[in-house]
Amino acid sequence: MYQSSALGLDPYQTQEPESAYQTYAAGQDPYQAYQHGHGPYQPHEPGYGLYQPGYSPYDDQIPDPKSRMLAIQNAKAYLLKSSTTSGLNLYDHLANMLTKILDEQPANAVDIIENISKDVKWAQFQKKMDTLRDEHEILPTFEAAEKHKALFLRANGEGDEELEEEIGETPLPNVMETAFYFEQAGIGLSKDEFYHIFLALKKLISVQPIQTCRFWGKILGLEMNYIIAEVQYHEGEEEEETEEEEVIEEGGKGMGEVEDEDEKKEDEPPKSTYKPPPVIPKEENGTGANKYVYFVCNEPGKPWVKLPPVTPAQIVCARKIKKFFTGRLDAPVVSFPPFPGNEANYLRAQIARISAGTQISPIGFYQFAEEEGDEEEEEGGGRDTYEENPDFQPLSVAEMVGSLSAWVHHGQSILNQGRCVWLNPFQKSEEEEEEDEEEEKAEEPNELQQEIGPPLLTPLSEDEGIQNIPAWTAEASTNLIPQYAVAILQSNRWPGAYAFASGRKFDNIYFGWGHKYSPENHIPALPPPVQAEYPSGPEIAETRDPTLEEELAFKAAREEALAAAEEEEDEEDVDEDEEDEDDD
Amino acid sequence: MEAASLPAALELAAGGGAGLSPEKRAVLGASLLLLQRDYRFERVWFWGCIRGVRGAYYIAEGLGPDRAAPRSRLYSLNCVEWSLLPPVTEEMVAQAEQLKGRFQGDPSFEYEYTEINAEDAERLFEDGKEPMIKEESRLVATIEQIDKAVGIIPRGAFVKTPLGSVRENRNFEGLSLTEAKKLSSYFHFTEPVNLKNKTLLEKADLDPSTDFLDSLEHDIPQGSWTVQLEKGGTVVVLRSLLWLGLTFYHVPMTKQYGYVYFGTGEKNLDLPFML
Repeated sequence: MYQSSALGLDPYQTQEPESAYQTYAAGQDPYQAYQHGHGPYQPHEPGYGLYQPGYSPYDDQIPDPKSRMLAIQNAKAYLLKSSTTSGLNLYDHLANMLTKILDEQPANAVDIIENISKDVKWAQFQKKMDTLRDEHEILPTFEAAEKHKALFLRANGEGDEELEEEIGETPLPNVMETAFYFEQAGIGLSKDEFYHIFLALKKLISVQPIQTCRFWGKILGLEMNYIIAEVQYHEGEEEEETEEEEVIEEGGKGMGEVEDEDEKKEDEPPKSTYKPPPVIPKEENGTGANKYVYFVCNEPGKPWVKLPPVTPAQIVCARKIKKFFTGRLDAPVVSFPPFPGNEANYLRAQIARISAGTQISPIGFYQFAEEEGDEEEEEGGGRDTYEENPDFQPLSVAEMVGSLSAWVHHGQSILNQGRCVWLNPFQKSEEEEEEDEEEEKAEEPNELQQEIGPPLLTPLSEDEGIQNIPAWTAEASTNLIPQYAVAILQSNRWPGAYAFASGRKFDNIYFGWGHKYSPENHIPALPPPVQAEYPSGPEIAETRDPTLEEELAFKAAREEALAAAEEEEDEEDVDEDEEDEDDD
Repeated sequence: MEAASLPAALELAAGGGAGLSPEKRAVLGASLLLLQRDYRFERVWFWGCIRGVRGAYYIAEGLGPDRAAPRSRLYSLNCVEWSLLPPVTEEMVAQAEQLKGRFQGDPSFEYEYTEINAEDAERLFEDGKEPMIKEESRLVATIEQIDKAVGIIPRGAFVKTPLGSVRENRNFEGLSLTEAKKLSSYFHFTEPVNLKNKTLLEKADLDPSTDFLDSLEHDIPQGSWTVQLEKGGTVVVLRSLLWLGLTFYHVPMTKQYGYVYFGTGEKNLDLPFML
C-alpha cells in the first residue's frame, strides 16, 4: 500500500480534498489521517476548523469499512460514466493520459498536462477514422516528386552511340560548376535545385536543336517563379514563326485632310487627321536584343516554354512600368502606359534589359571578329559580333576585383529607341535606309537624331553610377584564402545580377525579382494632357441660337420683303399687258 | 532562424538566390555559439545580411527567457567579430525613415540630412545636435522596422504563459499542408495592433495562449506576401514584397521554421504600383 512520507511534508496529502476517499487512497485509517499531516492548524491558517482529526465533514457519514468499499465502487462508477457529448469517460481518459505520460516521460509534465490531455483526446478520434477505411491522402507533394523523379530517369532507347555523343561536345553548360563558384560568394540556390535545373536543361537540349545553352537565372514571381535558359539555335535550324504582319505606317495619305470635305458630306463625321507614330520594327532573330532565344519553366520538371522575341515598343514600355511577375505566362500586364503584350512579353523585355545591362566578361576573353569589309564598321555605331579570344590571358583575382576596367560588357546595350542598332523609322525601304545612313541622313526633315549607345566590349568603368553609388560592387569571395579566391561582381543597377571570374572561367547569373534599382520612388507615367480646343476667333465664335420670337420676326420680315417684290413684278406685268393690249 | 539549425535552414530558404558562402557558414556555427556564451542568451537567431555598397552587415539577435521581450542585436562585417548595436529608440526609427538609398557598408559612415522640415531643424539645433545619423543607428532602426513589419512565426509555435512571458510551444508539431498555405496561420512576432479590434465573435474563437498576435491576413496592402511551395511542395516559403529579401520557410508537419533577411535594407515603397 502506498506509504506517505514520514516527514509530514507530503504536499499531495494536504492539497487533495479532505474526504473519506483520500484517506482510503492513502491506505490509512480515517482516524489516523492527520498523523502525518500538517499537524493541528493554528487559528490564522486556512485549514483551521476544517480538518480536525476525527471531525472531518464526512466522518460521521461513512463509519464502517464495508461502506468504504461501496464508496470506492461509487467513485469508480462515477468516473466510468460516459460523457453524453463525446462518449468518452473520465476513467479511461485519465488512464490513457497517465499511460502516455509514463511512457514518454516528458520533462515538467505538470506544466503541459492540459496539452497532453488534449492530445490524448485528439488521438482517440483519429483512431476511429482509421478503422473505417484506409486513408491514402494524395498530397500534391507526391505529384511533384513524380515529376522530379522523371528528370532522373534516362530516356528510353538510348544506345551506346548516344552516350558517346553526350560525352563529346555538348551545348549543356556545367551548371554545377557555376553553382560552385557562385556559392563561394554566398549566391545561388540550394544544390538540389541546381541539380534539378541541370537535368531540366539536359532535357531541353535533347528536344530542341540548340547550339549553345546557358542557365540565365531565376526570376521570382508572386504565384510561381521562372527558371530561364538562354539558348542559341544552330544556324539555319531556327523555327519559322508565324509572324504577325507588321503595321507599316499609314502615312500614305496627304499631309492633311481638307476641311471642306466635312461640309460637303454632312452625313459622315470628320475624319481624324491623327497619324500614329511609326512602329519601329523589332530586330531580327539572332541580332541585337533578340540575339538569344529564351526558354522558361516554372519548376524543373515542367515543360520548357519558348518566349517570343522582343519588340522595341515592349522595351520602351517596360522601362516605364514596374510590375511583379505572377508566374503565369499568359497573365495580362495591367499598367499605364498599357503594355503591348502579356506577361510573357514583359518577362522577355525585362530579360533583354537585364542582359543588355549586366552581361559582362573579363577583358580580353572576347574580341571583335576580323571582318572583311571595313565600311561596315561605321554603320550604326559599332560591331555586334564577337568571338572568343584564343590568346586570352586571365588576370589575377586581385586585379579583377580592384579595378572595374578589367571587365567589359559583352551584352549589347539597348538604345532609347528599344533596339540595339538604331533604325530610322521614316525610311520607306531597307535599301534606301542603307544609302541614307551613309549620307548621314541630311535629306528628310527627320526630327529623330541617330542614337548612339556605348559600343560593344566597353569596360565597366564607363558605367554610370546611380547618385553616389557605383554601378558595380566588386569583392573577392574570401579574404582568408586569397590564393583560391573568386572575383565576384554584384550589380547595383540591377539588384540580383552577379558575375564571377576565376582564372579562365567566368559566368553571369541573375536571381531576383526582375526590376531595376531606383533610389527614388517609382513615378508612374501621367496620362497625356487634355487636348486643346480650337482657339476662339471671330469666324468660329459661337453665337447664340436665335429664339423663337426672333425667328418669327425674321420670317415675317422676309415675307414682307417677298410680298413687296412680288407686287412690283405684278405691276410690271400688268403694265406690259396693258401696253400689249393698247397696241392691238 | 535558429543558430542551431542554420545549415539545414539555409538550404530551405535559398530559393531566392541568396545565401551564405561555405566560409561564412562554417564560422557562424562557432561564432554564434560563442555569442550565446558571452552574452548569456538563451537563444541566438541568425537574422540575416544587409548588403551595403562597399560591404555587408551580418546580423544576429539574442533572445532571453521571454521571447517577446526587446531583443539584443549584434552586427558583424565578417561573421567572426560581433558588436552589440545600441537599443533602438523611436527617434532613431523616425530619422532612419527619412533616409533613402543603399547602406554604405561602413558602420561609422554619417548621413547628412537632405530634407528636413524647418521645425525639425530648429529642434535639432536647439538640442545642440547636428543633423547627422550614423549608419549604425540606421542599421538598428532598419532591423527593428523589418522585425516589426514582417518578422513572422507560424501559429501555435509560441505560447503565452499566464505570467505574460512568451515561450516556445513544446507541443507544436508544425502546421498541416492546408493550414500552411493560408496567410491566417502566420503571425507577426511583435506587439499586436489589430487584435483588440476584432469583434467579440472572432475573439471567442481565439485561444488566448496561442492567438495573442496579429495574423498576416489583414496586412495592407493585400497581396504583400507571396506563398509558394518549393522543393516539390515540401517546403512552404513566404516572401515579403514590402521588404524585398525577407524569406520565411516552414516544413509542414515538422518543427522547422524560421525567417531570414538577405537584401539591401530598403523598403519597397513602390509596392502598390507593382501588384
